[in-house]
Amino acid sequence: MSALLTVNDLRVRFPTRTGVVEAVRGVSFTLGRERLGIVGESGSGKSQTGRAIMGLTPSHAEVTAKTLSFGGIDLLSAPPKVRRDLRGKRIAMILQDPKYSLNPVMSIGRQIVETLRRHESVSRSEARERALDMLAAVQIRDPARVFDLYPHEVSGGMGQRAMIAMMLVAGPELLIADEPTSALDVTVQLEVLSILDKLVADRGMGLIFVSHDLRLVSSFCDRVLVMYAGKIVEEIAASDLASAKHPYTQGLLNCMPVIGADRHPLPVLDRKPEWAL
Amino acid sequence: MTTAVSVQNLTVSYDDFKALDAVGVDVVAGESFGLVGESGSGKSTLLRAVAGLAPVTEGTIRVENRQLKGARRDKAFYRSVQMVFQDPYGSLHPRQTVDRQLLEPLAIHGVGDGERRILKALDEVGLGSGFRFRYPHQLSGGQRQRIAIARALILEPSILLLDEPTSALDASVQAEVLNLLEQVRRDRKLTFIMVSHDLGVVTHMCDRLAVMQNGRVVERLSAADLVAGRIGEEYTRNLMVASKGFRRG
Ligand SMILES: Nc1ncnc2c1ncn2[C@@H]1O[C@H](COP(=O)(O)OP(=O)(O)OP(=O)(O)O)[C@@H](O)[C@H]1O
Ligand SMILES: Nc1ncnc2c1ncn2[C@@H]1O[C@H](COP(=O)(O)OP(=O)(O)OP(=O)(O)O)[C@@H](O)[C@H]1O
Ligand SMILES: [Mg+2]
Ligand SMILES: [Mg+2]
Repeated sequence: MSALLTVNDLRVRFPTRTGVVEAVRGVSFTLGRERLGIVGESGSGKSQTGRAIMGLTPSHAEVTAKTLSFGGIDLLSAPPKVRRDLRGKRIAMILQDPKYSLNPVMSIGRQIVETLRRHESVSRSEARERALDMLAAVQIRDPARVFDLYPHEVSGGMGQRAMIAMMLVAGPELLIADEPTSALDVTVQLEVLSILDKLVADRGMGLIFVSHDLRLVSSFCDRVLVMYAGKIVEEIAASDLASAKHPYTQGLLNCMPVIGADRHPLPVLDRKPEWAL
Repeated sequence: MTTAVSVQNLTVSYDDFKALDAVGVDVVAGESFGLVGESGSGKSTLLRAVAGLAPVTEGTIRVENRQLKGARRDKAFYRSVQMVFQDPYGSLHPRQTVDRQLLEPLAIHGVGDGERRILKALDEVGLGSGFRFRYPHQLSGGQRQRIAIARALILEPSILLLDEPTSALDASVQAEVLNLLEQVRRDRKLTFIMVSHDLGVVTHMCDRLAVMQNGRVVERLSAADLVAGRIGEEYTRNLMVASKGFRRG
């Protein structure tokens, strides 16, 4: 299987007033046309890894890698125009705070239409049709009403789905989904996942699925990377997640509230300094 | 049994769309009440209406036996009722450091001892003092969510409105935050109204819950009934099935 994306020794550093924050400290993986899950501690560098691949790292930060390539393109040495053209069209990212990543002064529908028309030459009316279909596909109850709403007028989960619709409408080859379903009720969540699943199975899209929901990741993904303090501490087949080796992963599995289990207080992790070495 | 929050026949309209349609909920003082349901069904709107942030067109809201009029909320209200919003990014001030955002509610309410309270609040949500002078954009999603929780707790309110308070947290930090919330509720006899789409979290944290769909409460039941499958509505049953995870094909 040829790799769609190769990441070797990716590092992201932020200079701050109180010293350098090393957000990503040597992450390596390759991605084919598959569903790769990333789980990990809050602040462990999951979003910054995705942003670095997208080319959305803040400009004052430093990104380095031995290799960061997508479809044969060396991303770190590619001119800005090449990266801009990749973004949205061939690589798309569903950001973690969708409502604040959407344009606040443009209606949801127009944002989807403009994204589509930027990447494909379609007529205005066809673009509108496709945007409405996309909103319906992500289970928006009344697509025609929501089409005309602004981001501050939709619910958390509707904003999330609007962003998903916008990212999928151009048909990317690689989708980085950062907590894409965290604001969705479980039934809608499964509908949205089955859309992503089809894109991987039928169109061969590569999917990086960042989520803290272990139940979802283990049932939906093929492979899972576990991150802790800027590094990958474990890689495991999703179906084997329950028998993870690293104490952080084991701890994670143990501290989820489970329906029907009455555990007060919940067990918490005893974080060992050596996990962050 | 005193009622902490009583919402009767509440309707919230945006033009001719009803985000809430004659919703009634009674929350007993000291209990933890859950709201679950479809995305877009009006859960956040219900919390926002209590906080005076949604256009109520009909119905009444009583908090600690005071009937609230219109959208005005006085200082005393915010001293006893605090809200953790679903989008922490939007509820934090983008150009203020964490320190400023935690200090502000203390200053408004004339609460002294700021330094100690801020350090304690950060520590309680698992963030060290290294985060104190960061701006929201310098934090991860879960770190921002924890700042929002710290800010709501710092005034020691009696009622907490929690909108998906742990949805951006990994299971380990979520467990710590849930334990913290349970502990402060016990210690300070707090009342919670908590929105979550995670039925594991809701049944862990709440005694009773309401299931919402399309602007209405479609079912009220106890967490114990939900766990035992004593469910009346098809929709609630679908939620239980879906919470088991993804099934291919
Ligand atoms: N602009 C910045 N300046 C300094 N540190 C930053 C900046 N942006 C992010 N960080 C830090 O980088 C680390 C990694 O952040 P990232 O957003 O990738 O975490 P994450 O794994 O996505 O966490 P979460 O699950 O909470 O979203 C965090 O500790 C965060 O505080
Ligand atoms: N300012 C507004 N203008 C128009 N419609 C609005 C406005 N604010 C909210 N709504 C609508 O009210 C409905 C309920 O939204 P609400 O945020 O309460 O849903 P929710 O149950 O919290 O959903 P989620 O689980 O996705 O967060 C949505 O259909 C939304 O579009
Ligand atoms: Mg993140
Ligand atoms: Mg909501």
